Amino acid sequence: MTLADTQPQALNFECETGNYHTFCPISCVAWLYQKIEDSFFLVIGTKTCGYFLQNAMGVMIFAEPRYAMAELEEGDISAQLNDYEELKRLCLQIKRDRNPSVIVWIGTCTTEIIKMDLEGMAPKLEAEIGIPIVVARANGLDYAFTQGEDTVLAAMVNRCPDKAPVAETEKEERNAISKLLNFGRKQEEVKAEESEYVNHPPLVLFGSLPDPVVTQLTLELKKQKIKVSGWLPAKRYTELPVIEEGYYVAGVNPFLSRTATTFMRRRKCKLIGAPFPIGPDGTRAWIEKICSVFGTEPSGLAEREAQIWESLEDYVKLIRGKSVFFMGDNLLEISLARFLIRCGMTCPEIGIPYMDKRYQAAELALLEKTCQEMGAPLPTIVEKPDNYNQIQRIKELQPDLVITGMAHANPLEARGINTKWSVEFTFAQIHGFTNARDILELVTRPLRRNNNLKDLGWDKLVKEEAKV
Amino acid sequence: MKLAYWMYAGPAHIGTLRIASSFKNVHAIMHAPLGDDYFNVMRSMLERERDFTPVTASIVDRNVLARGSQEKVVDNITRKDAEEHPDLIILTPTCTSSILQEDLQNFCDRAQLEARGDIMLADVNHYRVNELQAADRTLHQVIQYYIEKARKKGEMLEGKTEKPSVNIIGISTLGFHNNHDCTELKRLMADLGIEINEILPEGASVHNLKNLPRAWFNLVPYRELGMMAANYLQAEFGMPYVDITPMGVVETARCIRAIQKILNENGVDVNYEDYINEQTLYVSQAAWFSRSIDCQNLTGKKAVVYGDNTHAAAITKILSREMGIHVVWAGTYCKYDADWFREQVSEYCDEVLITDDHTQVGDAIARVEPAAIFGTQMERHVGKRLDIPCGVISAPIHIQNFPIGYKPFVGYEGTNQIVDLIYNSFTLGMEDHLLEIFGGHDTKEVVTKALTADTDMNWTKDAKAELNKVPGFVRGKVKRNTEKFARDRGITEITIEVMYAAKEAVGA
Repeated sequence: MTLADTQPQALNFECETGNYHTFCPISCVAWLYQKIEDSFFLVIGTKTCGYFLQNAMGVMIFAEPRYAMAELEEGDISAQLNDYEELKRLCLQIKRDRNPSVIVWIGTCTTEIIKMDLEGMAPKLEAEIGIPIVVARANGLDYAFTQGEDTVLAAMVNRCPDKAPVAETEKEERNAISKLLNFGRKQEEVKAEESEYVNHPPLVLFGSLPDPVVTQLTLELKKQKIKVSGWLPAKRYTELPVIEEGYYVAGVNPFLSRTATTFMRRRKCKLIGAPFPIGPDGTRAWIEKICSVFGTEPSGLAEREAQIWESLEDYVKLIRGKSVFFMGDNLLEISLARFLIRCGMTCPEIGIPYMDKRYQAAELALLEKTCQEMGAPLPTIVEKPDNYNQIQRIKELQPDLVITGMAHANPLEARGINTKWSVEFTFAQIHGFTNARDILELVTRPLRRNNNLKDLGWDKLVKEEAKV
Repeated sequence: MKLAYWMYAGPAHIGTLRIASSFKNVHAIMHAPLGDDYFNVMRSMLERERDFTPVTASIVDRNVLARGSQEKVVDNITRKDAEEHPDLIILTPTCTSSILQEDLQNFCDRAQLEARGDIMLADVNHYRVNELQAADRTLHQVIQYYIEKARKKGEMLEGKTEKPSVNIIGISTLGFHNNHDCTELKRLMADLGIEINEILPEGASVHNLKNLPRAWFNLVPYRELGMMAANYLQAEFGMPYVDITPMGVVETARCIRAIQKILNENGVDVNYEDYINEQTLYVSQAAWFSRSIDCQNLTGKKAVVYGDNTHAAAITKILSREMGIHVVWAGTYCKYDADWFREQVSEYCDEVLITDDHTQVGDAIARVEPAAIFGTQMERHVGKRLDIPCGVISAPIHIQNFPIGYKPFVGYEGTNQIVDLIYNSFTLGMEDHLLEIFGGHDTKEVVTKALTADTDMNWTKDAKAELNKVPGFVRGKVKRNTEKFARDRGITEITIEVMYAAKEAVGA
């Protein structure tokens, strides 16, 4: 398919405000409770919320994980019961059973509708039971899927300690034993390490990534002599990074605009607006931008990028010249589309639940630049797409690959359209140079699978062209 | 407020949507916030459904919350009516949007003015009933709507079908082995010389609902879905129904005899005793298995049973009556229908457990230490922790409950499948026995996982820690590939940097 003749001059934004499917933002609990090891997430909602977490997310609560539902019953809805007392009862139970370092209350649509004052109750209860309570409103009225993480991280920004020395002594106290074992060695090591870095204001990165990816990105920056002072979230709530006025912050995920804003407004931090470290092109641009802010010349980056591209060639050649259509789900769409266009694909449409043009400005600019450099038509970006209309467009365009939410994947496959679940990109390790290959592993899998099957004539597995 | 980790039955709207999307050419509109439409994901993924799930969410967002839905829901209904021409559109809220207290009936009425198809509001209280009750209610509501409509128009057909016929009520999408059960029931009815009048709701057309009274009787194989409809049809048309689940040899025979009685009362002289005898003794392998030497070793073994009413009751009876297994307790999460369950199982087990709290179920299992558990996915995992085998016999559904191969639970083939399930769940009867006699046939030692011979490779502490973060099932591969990479390049010390360089180079 070609769109060359209708090529628009600049990125074309539309907002369909349609009926679209994506996961509920409370799903962030599924990865955040794993990431923050000393946390407990309490989702305050209805049976509908609970069944979602249990069922659609495939997160079955077998190993007694550190999250639960505070299931609202009729008495709660009709305000016959006292919210505060009820939550206190549950939180005391959690404290007794699990003793977490923090309880994160996840507000839902229902707490919004019944106007439960979670933010008002939390400080009081926190003082009463002696465990920090962080409140995040990860509700589907305001947010989509991955933005749930944004609400949690934004709430945690306010909990980051604001004085470095205080935090240091705290840490030292905790590590008293290991310090004893290490004698004075640690001090020297730290000094030696410091000299590996250029002198720059502290940099804190935000976004929840699996630990190996955190290590990888930290190392990439270390290679450029840039020190990462901390990550939000850290592995433990008790290790939240110190944030002082004037610190620099940079995000690793495109759906964290509230967290970015909170850093800037509440903590007076400076945001480094860069494309996101997804794909070798994005990773390089991200590092370059951070280097440029700190006035240091990146070294060996171009070579590194080239070397990664070289190692990707066996995958890239499978998708070069093919087209990809994003139905929109997890807000990673712009970054992924930019990377795939750099791989030589074309992309007629990028659906996305929510488009923050300011927070994603650098990413959008890189997308535009990438299209120009690759001679690819500029995609149309459709915010809050209408899935029904999208399916009509897919039928017309017959893209080689559709990246879609889980509800539409099987029906599209049955109609001979290759699909990949967008949620896989949410859960896979896709950031940084090292993991670029994993993105393409996912992207090419349907193509490789269907290549294997292509001679069998099993393309259309529905009888009449069902009206969709 | 209730601290909840696990639910055995879903919320009410799931039940309504199961009914709506089971029917042919019926669409459901959910009045719900973003993300509440995960039913579509469940149906598409679990059932591996080829068609788009006919459910659309009319999204409740901040605007709707502030100003009310105004035209939005009505527009979405009329739009879907124009796009796909469904026969019926069912509107349902979720737990969340039901508290907005918008006048959804009014939306339906307004949409009906424009729409070509029928529009209906699912009449369900989202805080008082669960998925199963809501499904039962919605099916009843749809049937009643079309019967009344046909009556008003004078379209009801008088009289019964010429030959004995049946409506099978309760087969639905996302039901536990429902598809295969349906096939088996059709075979059984064919064997009995009974025609299928209608199957509800799976694959049914609402236009045919007016034909329901033409059947000679209704068969309701599951206690959870179809009873309201059967009672309604009995009250309205005097239609008899059979609500004996044909699960297990004895109950299948009882179900067939109940059918025989109805036919006899309606002047058809049938006698199914020979058929029952033939099937029981020679076709189904279940009765023979019960008598075989293999099953002897199951005698008196302790088991517990837990699930929905239908399956937990049926399996309890099979274990106790047909296999001589000692059911210590039998439990159900259908609290709303507990009396029925007690009545069904009390003579076949020591104790009855009525709860939907999975921790209570887990504790009850731990307390009696049975040789096998027959329960839901949750009990399967409890069993894993306690090292007790578990056969899954009931919803909540899981991808494993949608097997590609033919695995019904009802009818005579169902009896075979259940025997296999039970037999394989116990540490195998015969094997167990032989193990006792000969002291085992496996060497007890665990073979050391020699993934790599000890190498001269030196892993730094950090790298080792990083390696430990790699999931166990690929760790060996990552280690080998990293060491190979390092060896090829003459690197002797593996740091984190080397690990990731290796990953980039070989995709380890």
